[in-house]
Amino acid sequence: MIKQDDITFVAAEAFKRSGLVLSADKGYLLESRLAPLARAEGYPSIEALIAAARRDRSERLLWGITEALATHETFFFRDNTPFDLFKQDILPNLARARGLNGSIRIWCAACSSGQEPYSLAMLLDEERARLGNLKIDIVATDMAPRVLEKAKAGIYSQFEVQRGLAIQRLVRHFEQTGDQWRIKPNIRQMVTFQKQNLLESFNAMGTFDVVFCRNVLIYFDAETKKQVLARLAKQTPNDGYLIMGAAETVVGLSKDFEPVEGRRGLYGRTDAAAGKRSAAA
Amino acid sequence: MKTCLVVDDSRVIRKVARKIIEEIGFECVEAADGAEALEACRKQMPDAVLLDWNMPVMNGLDFVKALRREETGDQPVVVFCTTENDMSHITEALRAGADEYVMKPFDGDIIESKFQQTGLLRAS
Repeated sequence: MIKQDDITFVAAEAFKRSGLVLSADKGYLLESRLAPLARAEGYPSIEALIAAARRDRSERLLWGITEALATHETFFFRDNTPFDLFKQDILPNLARARGLNGSIRIWCAACSSGQEPYSLAMLLDEERARLGNLKIDIVATDMAPRVLEKAKAGIYSQFEVQRGLAIQRLVRHFEQTGDQWRIKPNIRQMVTFQKQNLLESFNAMGTFDVVFCRNVLIYFDAETKKQVLARLAKQTPNDGYLIMGAAETVVGLSKDFEPVEGRRGLYGRTDAAAGKRSAAA
Repeated sequence: MKTCLVVDDSRVIRKVARKIIEEIGFECVEAADGAEALEACRKQMPDAVLLDWNMPVMNGLDFVKALRREETGDQPVVVFCTTENDMSHITEALRAGADEYVMKPFDGDIIESKFQQTGLLRAS
């Protein structure tokens, strides 16, 4: 068993770096997630790993711990609904608003190993004929370099390509390399991956017409959620969209976004926020 | 209740698959090869078929071709479930009339995901 004192230390360091809230009863999570890191770093036990982190305060090790504690769970076309909304509502609306020679920017925040941005890229490729010359950029970010590397490589195991991905899409958009599956270059090239911590400034990111931020804020406390949502709002135009996980909401956390009626998980900018923005411009 | 025909020459695989598929709300019938499966379909057309490729008497590929020629044989959703894990087998199966394809080894998540893909199950 990890000592309470060590749990408190690890939780505080992870919170400071990533906003991740690790409640005191998550000792088991700590054990299962830190054991591989301890092994990889050459420590005989999790206790030894934490002791070294406390003694040396090495940023590399503390970040390693933070990364290991974050949940990187994801799969292709996860939950389906957001992708249906994107195809049926968001894309046609924005295409109309921007014109067929315009451009749309999409941000997948906390993209983990890339399944969400690649799902969008596959959808866009399939819709290409209807989109004319509309230019679409997908930017996908995560704070964890390890998952970003995997995302950039676009190589997935047989298990990963069977969760959420229809077989026709596997055939159309992937190439087999040994027992792994690599997403084809035309899809890979549609996504730009970069490192971004949601706690840090978004100013260099530019603006986005659509932000996917799903199953991320659930790991944050209310104050952090509010701050992230307020900063996300600054990166979206008045007719922009925010998509959150099925179990999440902005209600009580943001005055900038409001739920789109009848569209679970979809949020638009509120009129109040739109007014403020144009007044400030 | 929707029905699923589980076709595999391994009794163990049939048992494992059956348990998973019953848990997601299907009633299961079993067959040990393509010919038995075709017989079962003629008796009662299932909503879904989980189908192995390599089997004695009649293999999965020949079964799906034969099934699609039956009068109501276009109705069942056919999901291959096989160790033939390469692109050429997958495309051949789809051309022959299969709807989905599971590469063994499989687990409950994969079966559920594929049943959702094909509309057999509503997404949770």
